[in-house]
Amino acid sequence: MDQLNALIVFLNFVFVPGLTYGAQLSLGALGVTLVYGILRFSNFAHGDTMAFGTMVTILFTWWFQSMGLHFGPLPTALLAMPFGILFTALFVLGTDRVVYQFYRKKKSVSTILVIVSVGVMFVMNGLTRFIIGVENRNFEDGERFLITARDFKTLTGLDEGLAIKTTQVITVVVAILVVAAMFWFLNRTRTGKSMRAFSDNEDLALLSGINPERVVQVTWILAATLATVAGVLYGLDKSFKPFTYFQLLLPIFASAIVGGLGNPLGAIAGGFIIAFSEVMVTYAWKKVATYALPDSWAPDGLLQLMSTDYKFAVSFSILILVLLFMPTGLFKGKSV
Amino acid sequence: MKKLLMVTTAIYAFSGAAIAEEVKIGVLLGFTGPLESITPAMGAGAELAMAEVTASGKLMGGATVTSVRGDSTCVDAAAATSAAERLVTSDKVSAIMGADCSGVTGAILQNVARPNGIAMISPSATSPALSTAEDDGLFFRTAPSDARQGVVMTEVLMDRGIKNAALTYTNNDYGKGLADAFQAAFEAAGGTITISTSHDEDKADYSSEVASLAAAGGDILVVAGYEAGAGRAIIQSSLDSGAFETFVLPDGMVGQSLVDTIGAGLEGSFGQYPGTDSQGAEMFQALATSAGFDGTGAFAPESYDAAALIMLSMAAANSTVSKDWAGKVMDIANAPGVEIFPGELGKALDLIAAGTDIDYVGATAVDLIGPGESAGNYREIEIKGGKIETVRFR
Repeated sequence: MDQLNALIVFLNFVFVPGLTYGAQLSLGALGVTLVYGILRFSNFAHGDTMAFGTMVTILFTWWFQSMGLHFGPLPTALLAMPFGILFTALFVLGTDRVVYQFYRKKKSVSTILVIVSVGVMFVMNGLTRFIIGVENRNFEDGERFLITARDFKTLTGLDEGLAIKTTQVITVVVAILVVAAMFWFLNRTRTGKSMRAFSDNEDLALLSGINPERVVQVTWILAATLATVAGVLYGLDKSFKPFTYFQLLLPIFASAIVGGLGNPLGAIAGGFIIAFSEVMVTYAWKKVATYALPDSWAPDGLLQLMSTDYKFAVSFSILILVLLFMPTGLFKGKSV
Repeated sequence: MKKLLMVTTAIYAFSGAAIAEEVKIGVLLGFTGPLESITPAMGAGAELAMAEVTASGKLMGGATVTSVRGDSTCVDAAAATSAAERLVTSDKVSAIMGADCSGVTGAILQNVARPNGIAMISPSATSPALSTAEDDGLFFRTAPSDARQGVVMTEVLMDRGIKNAALTYTNNDYGKGLADAFQAAFEAAGGTITISTSHDEDKADYSSEVASLAAAGGDILVVAGYEAGAGRAIIQSSLDSGAFETFVLPDGMVGQSLVDTIGAGLEGSFGQYPGTDSQGAEMFQALATSAGFDGTGAFAPESYDAAALIMLSMAAANSTVSKDWAGKVMDIANAPGVEIFPGELGKALDLIAAGTDIDYVGATAVDLIGPGESAGNYREIEIKGGKIETVRFR
């Protein structure tokens, strides 16, 4: 029984939150890695693209809600998400036309493009705050829980509860669907194959008649889609605030780099590695240990490696270790 | 012609009076930031006292008192300092009613008030560290130090038979000061703090903070934070994960908007914030209701008292220069003398003019001790049926 309780505590406070956070990071990192692989620069505006997409989704959610349109037990935001993706894709394509295209034609080195993306980041950042404000926005509706901790306890008779939020399930399900669709697109469709060809060898791809502008456009649309989905899932599960999306940039880049920049599979693995290490290193294992170990071994201390204040430090440390010892990441991406 | 003459004379007379005797008092509160939901009532409380004095026409022969508002942001010391700097150098205020949060109040005291020789009375800065801060005799507060709140909170918990608690505090002067004071008092009374951790404002997710709190365990979670900030998110996250079910809410966490957003999950949680059952509190509430704001809001009565003390001290010193009137604050606030309640500021001014001693009681039974801070009366509250109900006064 105690072992079971230990497992439930672990699931409730480590596994479920870590899995959800990992799925959100993976989607973000996938967008970063895609832009890096095909357009060949680190897109610092990705965090704010997520914020922008989420903002548009929230505005549509409010509009739907005011018309009395709901999605049953699921959040209305899922209905609004396609519109969020549409507007974000249009905005990002516009940015490409106005800003990035100029530097691409000049064949600027990627460092310049990185700095350009920082500029784009500040503009998007300001625009989002200007339109929706800087405060916390909660746009979740529908059923909040699949099962609450209290229901779980009465149902199973255990001492510990396991709460599963609807948004956590939605996050994982949507992430799986989006990633599956993305891999199918990249591996099976003509456009996807031409994108990979373009990524592997630009000159050879051009010789075989691939239209580079089209590849660039499709890449941006995919990046905008991934960013919006990641942003909306994160906002639904936690809360939306432009500033916190900006802060997400670090764990997202850490995920992409740890997995190997430019490698989609690596981005997903990296997302989960970063998420679980952040959660596990800062978790106090006292309760789990008390249940799992015999009574005489029960710990007095908290068994916490690091205070939760240092969560970001975990991403940083992993990032530095990987860059020092495996510059191309765990899954053989491009070297930074 | 005669009429025109009268009108011109009248305008001349009034404008003359206004130019010669306008007393400006800065109202420096966090109108934006984590306390933005309670500061409107605080500002209104201070301005109510100013309107009362202006209407009486008895402060230094009929001076008008005007309020100049500034935004302390509660958490950003640099922004608060520049707002205070503007009040002092550009608006030329004679006193500052503020600031609200302990960290910014300390910053303003050291960077603006002391260099410029402007006295300030804070209605809500409660950090114990401010009791010992260098202040050149320019700083007072109508709020008690959190050293006192720590003791009161301990009594509340002990009376309910709660012997062990987890504790989380917002990572700043207020949170740390209150958490340390509470932990010391609670452990001295035989209680156990299972864990004491800080949390930072402005994060999207507090599930890992809550996870460590839950791992340490405890019958109850004490949240020394802000009701519109991380404190709320931590309560929500604790309820979501089933980590804690009952919460202790100190002064920064008491607000109706918290009760409204969290809903049924907060039922049965309890806490305390400065308040008194003296008749002054009721008189103030009546005044506030007729002025159109909520007089029971946290720190609104303290704000009224802070502004009233500033003006009565000015009358007693017959000067608006800070170093003159600051010397009178303790005399006005404490016995002996004729007791003064809210709404009686006109009478107080008459008595001061006649040379009679007064003892300002005000809305919060003001009694300043030690370095010029309130001795501290608290209102114990409990969340019942979606409302903040007063249990008793301590």
